[in-house]
Amino acid sequence: MTLDNAEVGKTYSVKKINGSGAIRRRIMDMGITKGVELYIKKVAPLGDPVQITLRGYELTLRKQDAEIIEVEEN
Amino acid sequence: MSKFTIALAGNPNSGKTTLFNLLTGSEQYVGNWPGVTVERKEGLYKKDKEINIVDLPGIYSLSPYTLEEVVSRDYLIDENPDVIINILDATNLERNLYLTTQLMELGIPVVIALNMMDLVDKTGEKILTNELEDHLKCKVVKISALKKTGIDELIEACEKVKDDKVEPLKIFNESIEKYIEDIKNISTKVDYHNSIRWIAVKLLENDEKIIEKIGLDDSEKNKLNGLLNKFEDEFDDDGEGVITDGRYNFVSNITKHIIKNKRSGLSTSDKIDRIVTNRFLAIPIFAVFMFAIYYISIKIGNDILGEWVNGTLIEEIIQGGAENLLVGWGVSAWLVSLIVNGIIGGVGAVLGFLPVIAVLYFFIAILEDIGYMARIAFILDRIFRKFGLSGKSFIPILIGIGCSVPGIMATRTIESDKDRRMTIVVASFMPCGAKSEIIALFAASVFVGKWWFAPICYFAGIAAVIVSGIILKKTSRFAGEAAPFVMELPSYHMPKLGNVLRVTWQRIKAFIIKAGTIILVATIAIWFLQNISTSGEFAEFSAESHSLLEAIGKFFAPIFKPLGFGNWLAAVSSVVGLIAKEMVVSTYGVVAGVGADLTFESPDMIQFASLAFTTVSAMSFMIFNQLNIPCFAAVGAIRQEMKSGKWTAFALIYQMVFAYTISLMIYQFGSVLILGNDFTIWTGVALVILAVYIFLLFRPDKNKIDKRKLSRSID
Repeated sequence: MTLDNAEVGKTYSVKKINGSGAIRRRIMDMGITKGVELYIKKVAPLGDPVQITLRGYELTLRKQDAEIIEVEEN
Repeated sequence: MSKFTIALAGNPNSGKTTLFNLLTGSEQYVGNWPGVTVERKEGLYKKDKEINIVDLPGIYSLSPYTLEEVVSRDYLIDENPDVIINILDATNLERNLYLTTQLMELGIPVVIALNMMDLVDKTGEKILTNELEDHLKCKVVKISALKKTGIDELIEACEKVKDDKVEPLKIFNESIEKYIEDIKNISTKVDYHNSIRWIAVKLLENDEKIIEKIGLDDSEKNKLNGLLNKFEDEFDDDGEGVITDGRYNFVSNITKHIIKNKRSGLSTSDKIDRIVTNRFLAIPIFAVFMFAIYYISIKIGNDILGEWVNGTLIEEIIQGGAENLLVGWGVSAWLVSLIVNGIIGGVGAVLGFLPVIAVLYFFIAILEDIGYMARIAFILDRIFRKFGLSGKSFIPILIGIGCSVPGIMATRTIESDKDRRMTIVVASFMPCGAKSEIIALFAASVFVGKWWFAPICYFAGIAAVIVSGIILKKTSRFAGEAAPFVMELPSYHMPKLGNVLRVTWQRIKAFIIKAGTIILVATIAIWFLQNISTSGEFAEFSAESHSLLEAIGKFFAPIFKPLGFGNWLAAVSSVVGLIAKEMVVSTYGVVAGVGADLTFESPDMIQFASLAFTTVSAMSFMIFNQLNIPCFAAVGAIRQEMKSGKWTAFALIYQMVFAYTISLMIYQFGSVLILGNDFTIWTGVALVILAVYIFLLFRPDKNKIDKRKLSRSID
């Protein structure tokens, strides 16, 4: 599954980052790399973007950008 | 000639600018908001003027995709600083160390400054700095930029290592390292400014900007491509993916060993966010904050400080005093008029807004400093994205309610060019301090007792932002992939008065410079146009003085006829409004022959306005001035931030056409529907314009092709 379909309150592991170019690089630079655990903390009041906890900090990204991240539930 | 140069590099929001200010004693902008420094700044170490310190923009990586990263990496490779201080947020080590692994490859000695140690100590967490030094083979100094501890040791450490020869660490596994060695042998050009390992790794990532920079020829490129193909087959991923994974693996391995008593459970920030960005409470809380800030700014800034500044200080003391003095000296009447009414009056009118703006910016600075602005972007992004902006567009628009100049300057924090340009175009649609004077005049005259008039102007501003966003988003200029929105939410911290005041001052300074330069020149120019008659003589400005301004107004008046204010009085003030909105009311007052007392509060002025305008033409006049080019100073700011004459011209033409067509519709539809006038040819024109707007708003978005989905389906 991809990260945009993840459920709030669950933890997922990253399997693969699809896509290319700036967005893929940016997502990886922020620490979303293979094997890392992502805790889905919340969704913004209007349903997008999502807030996740990883590597000890808080990151927010749009569901549209999260689509390229393949994850599996822990 | 300075002894040596230290570059400060680190993640956004890691405290670099605070450290830079501490080292150099200069005043730079600091905010708890990622991405505040875009250009690099230089200063001298205040305790030793031979040490040069360069503050680089905050970056997460040395990749080639954002402006900040390119500025930083170009500086680091081309200018070869003697030492890099890599400042790390100790509360967020893992992600911060990722950049460290890249900086260590450049061949420049690195000293690590572990910042925010005071916050780490508070949580009871322990960071084993000696072990961190062993892992990274470089000096680590614990500092707190805020509490000013560890700074001297940091500089001493830099002096010690500045001449060291650096042997970069091999942090990847052997098979990757072998490829890096192979790439080094492709060409002697890889040994670029001693950054050989970093360049080699970049080539493995197939970084086109670096390939171009070192100038590989075709046969060298072929050799590289051969290696890269082999690499991708072996690792089943591209260089970027493998290298990023490798760096993070190295880093998380270190943090596992050096952080003891790692905190768990909810942090204070988490607890605050449970309420502040709560699904149901977030938007009401946001609305209350905004209302409170605006209300307090008007109350304190205008009703208390503003009254005194405008009434007592400027009018009575400065203007009155100067007039008495000049008359006493026997200065001729025209010169007294120029100095007292033209220069002091004009500049004073601008400075009169200073109290409101100062209070407003003070509160905005607090919200930025504590970390709330990033949350606003989080909460509002969904809405803003609908019309082509990003959550980060909110702050410039908010600041624009005070004055468009710092508002436009605040667009710097928006990384994506497209979002930034769009925000610059729409940021001045909200009523700024100067425009609110026109609102006040009409509220007291034509719309007396109509409580909804002032709010409607603000809603019109919001509507203008939305409509423009939707229309522009669908044009080819703003076409293409939506910019990614991947943003760190920094931890909250208590506001620091020093930071808050510094930010407030920086923004107010932009406003004061505007008053002191462009507005000053403009007021003098307008004074001459007003008081020199078409026959070239000095004649105190009035409706009968045949001034140059009148001639200009009569020339332009026909243009404004379809908008309902085709008399030369209103035309002149709208033209003057292009230079400075604060002069619309006063110019109108003078040409209307109301007299020397020129404010929107004077009874004669109010009476005159209610006779000269109908509700419909007043609304049209108001909206035209609100949406049109804000003022010369804002034009300067647009030029500066767009960094392109073409884009500046686009913004200005768009604003003019938009203001004109919207006002035309307001007047034409208003006079038929509200005043019951006859349908004319202009009503027809307005209908056509309306049809065009409806088309532009609702036509399908041709650019809405998601490139990422395309690339995914190929996978």
